[in-house]
Amino acid sequence: MEKFRRHTGRVLPLRRSNVDTDQIIPAVYLKRVARTGFEDGLFAAWRAKEPDFVLNRPEYAGASILVAGSDFGTGSSREHAVWALLDYGFRVVVSSRYGDIFRGNSLKSGLLTVLVDQATVEKLWEDAESDPAAEVTVDLEARVITAGDFVTAFALDDYSRWRLLEGLDDISVTCQHEADIVTFEAARMHWLPVTG
Amino acid sequence: MVKTLAEKVWDAHLVRRHEGEPDLIYVDLHLVHEVTSPQAFDGLRLAGRQVRRPELTIATEDHNVPTEDIQLPIADEVSRLQVETLRQNCADFGIRLYPMGDRDQGIVHVIGPQLGLTQPGMTVVCGDSHTSTHGAFGALAFGIGTSEVEHVLATQTLSLRPFKTMAVTVTGQLRPGVTAKDIILAVIAKIGTGGGQGYLIEYRGPAIEALSMEARMTVCNMSIEAGARAGMIAPDDTTFDFLAGRQHTPADWDTAVDYWRTLRTDDGAAFDAEVVLDADELTPFVTWGTNPGQGSTLDATVPDPASFDDTDDRASAERALAYMDLRPGTPLREIAVDTVFLGSCTNGRIEDLRAAAAVLKGRHVAAGVRMLVVPGSMKVKEQAETEGLDQVFADAGAEWRSAGCSMCLGMNPDQLAPGERSASTSNRNFEGRQGKGGRTHLVSPLVAAATAVRGTLSAPADLGD
Repeated sequence: MEKFRRHTGRVLPLRRSNVDTDQIIPAVYLKRVARTGFEDGLFAAWRAKEPDFVLNRPEYAGASILVAGSDFGTGSSREHAVWALLDYGFRVVVSSRYGDIFRGNSLKSGLLTVLVDQATVEKLWEDAESDPAAEVTVDLEARVITAGDFVTAFALDDYSRWRLLEGLDDISVTCQHEADIVTFEAARMHWLPVTG
Repeated sequence: MVKTLAEKVWDAHLVRRHEGEPDLIYVDLHLVHEVTSPQAFDGLRLAGRQVRRPELTIATEDHNVPTEDIQLPIADEVSRLQVETLRQNCADFGIRLYPMGDRDQGIVHVIGPQLGLTQPGMTVVCGDSHTSTHGAFGALAFGIGTSEVEHVLATQTLSLRPFKTMAVTVTGQLRPGVTAKDIILAVIAKIGTGGGQGYLIEYRGPAIEALSMEARMTVCNMSIEAGARAGMIAPDDTTFDFLAGRQHTPADWDTAVDYWRTLRTDDGAAFDAEVVLDADELTPFVTWGTNPGQGSTLDATVPDPASFDDTDDRASAERALAYMDLRPGTPLREIAVDTVFLGSCTNGRIEDLRAAAAVLKGRHVAAGVRMLVVPGSMKVKEQAETEGLDQVFADAGAEWRSAGCSMCLGMNPDQLAPGERSASTSNRNFEGRQGKGGRTHLVSPLVAAATAVRGTLSAPADLGD
């Protein structure tokens, strides 16, 4: 995973709540076996059906910070939703509430999902709509978002922050605890099922 | 110290706990399917890693598989490649696979319990959000992403913080014609699609205890639609009776049952949140919108978005009605459907098929309506055929298919055409979920069958004699 320290970019204001992962990337794009190249699937149905959809509007081309309504990424566990956002060029998502599995997936793949209150979401929407070229900085080290004169802190637990800052892969961290796993395995209940 | 059921199972799987870090939790059973695993196996190969415990892992082909002509190669090349990739990965890493055509093949959340692999007190994970289904056995079961799939394959553990706990107590008794599906749709409408975020839900109370295992699975299955990653029900005699005699259940049965009986929330243990629902007041429930929280009783009318106080809810309802092509004030019973889908990990088990068949017996699917019946597994199909249910469906004019996820998410050829409307026993009414431009109303198997007969959203009571 790529290290994340600080990112400056323009905002895509997505004024919709309850954006489920089926909308972020429809199931038809999930048949692929590769790990990259999902940008064509990002919000594919809305891009195709709604000419005025924010992602179709030229003034927002190249935006890298997606600011969405509450309950972003609910539903299906498909990590393809995170990959599609990253592949399209997003590095940060800002919302007041996320689907649990999507949030977990994002933090494991290097997409920073920032949790803020709805007032901050509204403020970032208004700014981006009045000036699509305005830049916003998301500083993970300081856990602060800066948009012009507007500065607000966001919460992220120390452990997730550390992993993102270092670009660490969870598996190698866990492999350091091999002895604990072996000890646990030796004490498992004997009747637990095995397949085969 | 008193504990909730969830805390007991969590603590029994704690490999490592360290201040300021997530817990490391052991995984007893890892279920794998073709869609969310190929990138995880690739990751293992790139890092030169093995599957740590292939014997605690099973795989099945369910999301992509066609439900007709299953003896033929899969026509869709991309789907075929994904299924072939799973076969290769399972062969390379020594994982037991239940491929298309196998007697035990089926939807991952139907075959786990059927094989007796899902047992009380276990941790069960899968790269699929409806893994919560297995919580019906008192297992701690939840969906994970592909990065986590790779992590479990490599280490048989997960790095995770404990969930908060929510008790959903369902008092009273369900009335005839009201089912587990109506309970869970009512719970979701009550707490909202985000209400359970961060929580694990324990369903309890007399109305839950009275449910069969299959009905309990329907309830736990849709925990994720309430935002909760997992749902659980304390195991009891209903659970043990379901498991007794199944393949993979403990040889040392009595010892296991003694342990399983300890898996209950202790008196006085505190939940982080509590919700109460009265089963006596429930009636058949259907959705009208594009998220599972946008539902109401079948007796109601399509709501007016202006009636929502919250601006966000209002905007969502406006968008949903536009997508669903519905007008406020229309009685839900007047909504005509093109397709009825009976199946999925929510309602594709034998009891669901029996319930629908009992309604359809001696009746016929309305002219112009297509009804698809897709058993959750090949074993469910076999059982239904033994009972003659396939004939009931065929006589009624419904299509009888082979097992898979099918029209729940339309990754195989079973899809709605743009603008088509379905009554579906599945779990998600998201835009385009059952096919691009398709419109979905979530219903119980009883409502699905009655709707097929009348052609408009209906309950069996609407059919008369």
